[in-house]
Amino acid sequence: TKPVAKTINNCLIFLPFGYAADIISTVEFNYSGELLATGDKGGRVVIFQREQESKNRLLSRGEYNVYSTFQSHEPEFDYLKSLEIEEKINKIRWLPQQNAAHFLLSANDKTIKLWKISERDKRAEGYNLKDEDGRLRDPFRITTLRVPVLMPMDLMVEASPRRIFANAHTYHINSISVNSDYETYLSADDLRINLWHLEITDRSFNIVDIKPANMEELTEVITAAECHPHQCNVFVYSSSKGTIRLCDMRAAALCDRHSKFFEEPEDPSSRSFFSEIISSISDVKFSHSGRYMMTRDYLSVKVWDLNMENRPVETYQVHEYLRSKLCSLYENDCIFDKFECCWNGSDSAIMTGSYNNFFRMFDRNTRRDITLEASRENSKPRAMLKPRKVCTGGKRKKDEISVDSLDFNKKILHTAWHPKENVIAVAATNNLYIFQDKVN
Amino acid sequence: MFSKGTKRKFSDGDEEISDESLVGARVASSYSLQRQSLLDMSLIKLQLCHMLVEPNLCRSVLIANTVRQIQEEMTHDGSWHMVTEAFCGPGQSPSERLVATEVLCRSREQDAEPKLFSVISYEGCREEEVVADETLCSVSVSDTVSNVCLAGRIGQCWEKSELSGVERDEEALEDSRLGSGEDEEIDTEDGASTESPKTTGQVFGTFEIKNSSPAPDSALEELFSDVDTSYYDLDTMLTGMQSAPKMGPYDILDSLAPSHSSPSIVSTPKCRSDLNELDHIMEIIVGS
Repeated sequence: TKPVAKTINNCLIFLPFGYAADIISTVEFNYSGELLATGDKGGRVVIFQREQESKNRLLSRGEYNVYSTFQSHEPEFDYLKSLEIEEKINKIRWLPQQNAAHFLLSANDKTIKLWKISERDKRAEGYNLKDEDGRLRDPFRITTLRVPVLMPMDLMVEASPRRIFANAHTYHINSISVNSDYETYLSADDLRINLWHLEITDRSFNIVDIKPANMEELTEVITAAECHPHQCNVFVYSSSKGTIRLCDMRAAALCDRHSKFFEEPEDPSSRSFFSEIISSISDVKFSHSGRYMMTRDYLSVKVWDLNMENRPVETYQVHEYLRSKLCSLYENDCIFDKFECCWNGSDSAIMTGSYNNFFRMFDRNTRRDITLEASRENSKPRAMLKPRKVCTGGKRKKDEISVDSLDFNKKILHTAWHPKENVIAVAATNNLYIFQDKVN
Repeated sequence: MFSKGTKRKFSDGDEEISDESLVGARVASSYSLQRQSLLDMSLIKLQLCHMLVEPNLCRSVLIANTVRQIQEEMTHDGSWHMVTEAFCGPGQSPSERLVATEVLCRSREQDAEPKLFSVISYEGCREEEVVADETLCSVSVSDTVSNVCLAGRIGQCWEKSELSGVERDEEALEDSRLGSGEDEEIDTEDGASTESPKTTGQVFGTFEIKNSSPAPDSALEELFSDVDTSYYDLDTMLTGMQSAPKMGPYDILDSLAPSHSSPSIVSTPKCRSDLNELDHIMEIIVGS
């Protein structure tokens, strides 16, 4: 892959994108990067496919076009609790491709579904018993037998639900993660983590349960979970108290006792009533190498070496200027926003979102960082993105934006990085932006 | 108790107090007010959960933890004890005090929602006036370390603009507080038949039945262990079967903080008896 320094040096171009439907709630590239799936608040999944490279085009890399759209989840009603179950897709995870069809898992608050997306570009013609329209032929009219022939047709992409994994979560599902054995996956809600086999829908193993005997004693919840990319017995889960636990499924059936416990000691000088809330981890992601993991809390992104539990090896400040605004952010509930984070293919850079449609990228090698904006108004198609800067105090320079003018309704919670190339997908409320490296 | 518009002076005729401690005292009292305002905000957040969709458990837990932190700090520096004591008067037993607090808060909730905030702050801030004076006195006399601590915390927590905002609002709050004070009434019977907003106990209780005393029939318990209790609460409320009052906002603090050792806060016996009644009713329904 190209060195990421090129990306950090502001060589991203903006590909115009017409997708503006419901609020996007998850974005995920598949293993090859050819497909990009988005889930939205209305329970819909939209999959984009990259165009094949063509010598005729000026760009050597293709653009992403809509490949398939389907309704994954519908709103439901829990009669016992008299509460609605939202159809919003919380997470999508792709399965590695094993044949011509593509498979993905999509989850709302309570149910996970396995979808098969397959192409159909041929149709059988010349049936004996029915017409081309499908009408049954009069048996007396049939005088000869013929063999149906496969004829080409316009490409049709069909999505069909192959498995429905339901009724295993009392609380809201926040994560799903496919295991490296490609046979099992885990799903995590606020208090429990279950392990499923992809073929079996009527039962799952509960591997973590942090629900206290008395719910009034509840002080900590699970916020995210992920399987290790190579070791199929290892997974991690993060908590609302800023801790990460690494568990080994070989140790016991119920992994309530962790193998490793990651927590950074608190800085007593910065303690406030909001310390716990901003330490709550909203996302955890293993590096592709499997040697590191990254966590996102409200103000920062931390990279941890799996061999060192007492502190992270790297800490990146996303929007430290918000620290003095925590009370207002608590009042308008923004302090509870759950930002995600992602690695690039080579693990040399990380990316996460912020407010005002800003997103941040950090180069781990050079320690340089950049702030970019995902908005139509400020970007011309195929133009380079201009870096942004937030003015934290004193005189505001031209092109800088002051902290008080930030729009906290424009939040970038979901971002994804192509597994091999410098192509990124950024979800800004109900718009999807795709940026890629400029080619000279 | 306090005449409208006048504040009790920090020093009654004593001109020896230095400027430093005066500033420190003012800072300390505005910190108390801000802390109280954060507490009120948090309690409202816990109550105003969306009724249609299940509330976000992570958010509720974080807010509840914040409430407990504030309560622990207030207990530690004596403000909490004074709030409950001054409220209900000395000589009452702890449980009576709790009922009074809870019922008072609950009877407020029967009014329109907008009033709720000012009324809660009435309960808190009114006593804060007393508290502030006492802490002010203690700050000036005793060690300056705690003085510095408070000031330090303020610097990190709050913006300067928010500080001045609170001071400006003090006058407005005082007026509304004294006005609504006259309507105060203790009414234990009313709460049973009306709907009470969700509190933390009910927010968490939405999900699971509360396990308090051992159930008379353990098999029955097991059968219903995953059934949540809010459904039955609604049912019993509507049919008026339950006579005991529900948990009010301040009960959350007591039930959520088992670790602190303040002698004035005791777990609510009334809440436990509610659950026993519920179990009893369940037995009857299923047994027949």
